Amino acid sequence: MRPVRFNVHPKEAEIADAISMAAAPDGVSGDGFFATQLSSVVGLARKNSLWPLPFATSCCGIEFMATMASHYDLARFGSERVGFSPRQCDLLMVMGTIAKKMAPVLRQVYLQMAEPRWVIAVGACASSGGIFDTYSVLQGIDQVIPVDVYVPGCPPRPEAIIDGFMKIQDLVGQESIRRRNSDQYKELLNSYGIQ
Amino acid sequence: MALNNESIQTSLTAKFGEEVYSFSDASGMLSFESAAALNLKVMQFLFDELGFTFLTDLCGVNYPDNKDAELVVVYHLHNLVDNIRLRYSVAVPLAKPDVFTATQLFSTANWMERETYDFFGINFVGHPNLKRILNVEEMDYFPLRKEFPLEDQTRIDKDDEMFGRG
Repeated sequence: MRPVRFNVHPKEAEIADAISMAAAPDGVSGDGFFATQLSSVVGLARKNSLWPLPFATSCCGIEFMATMASHYDLARFGSERVGFSPRQCDLLMVMGTIAKKMAPVLRQVYLQMAEPRWVIAVGACASSGGIFDTYSVLQGIDQVIPVDVYVPGCPPRPEAIIDGFMKIQDLVGQESIRRRNSDQYKELLNSYGIQ
Repeated sequence: MALNNESIQTSLTAKFGEEVYSFSDASGMLSFESAAALNLKVMQFLFDELGFTFLTDLCGVNYPDNKDAELVVVYHLHNLVDNIRLRYSVAVPLAKPDVFTATQLFSTANWMERETYDFFGINFVGHPNLKRILNVEEMDYFPLRKEFPLEDQTRIDKDDEMFGRG
């Protein structure tokens, strides 16, 4: 008798069921054509190929490692490639306590990212300083850079990080392609002293 | 002659007399104090005569209730041959926190004294590069002194009750 029972009747994988396709945006279709807004197509492409730049400084970074790994698998959301060059990335994921001495570094990383860029603050420390109500810790990264989505938790579970990521995807998918040139956006950046 | 706490105390008293005082034995570790002006002489003697050639740690303490001795600098010294440690401290007034630098004796004192300056504002006279090392350079106070609040003063969104200050 064999010590291990192998599955001698493996089930054949259904490739067609395993591939998930993004739904087409609203539009007008007919014989041989499909018409929709450019911003919908651009948003669809952007939201399903976000390149995250992890800026992990403490325990939230450990949760992010679990989020990236096979069990939670952030790659399912189009983020197969986690980039470590700010020039190439779209989404800055700040995970962990940012000390005041780290704040200029974080800001520099944000400035090096090309538009369009998004920021997610993962965990209590990045969002508000968390339990570190002390002289050395930045009380929330929104004091130095604009933030799109805040994920609460200390640290948040991978599900929460994925939920925040999906909120970012919603923002990216619905964003007008003119937003980054708008006066409102310039005013936002100016309020942080950028440009 | 093997070195022990009693023989160290005897040697120090023979050399410095009443100028070294408050000898105590905390969990087997000899502790004593002297006036701040004497710190280099005492450590030079410990270095040359008693073999305390290693500075394990240098730190500051703030006792706000000790009048004219609010700030204390503590030296942890180690004799690597006999494997004996001791603790030596000098106290200075808050108004004039001047202590001679130990960088000539121990190179490792350089960064430790910068750290102690950073957090307690102790002025190490003769230090080659006395500036902040851990905190942001713009900081205009010494955060571990009891006279300054620990909390970040720029916070606007934290509820005092949630932090036990209600």
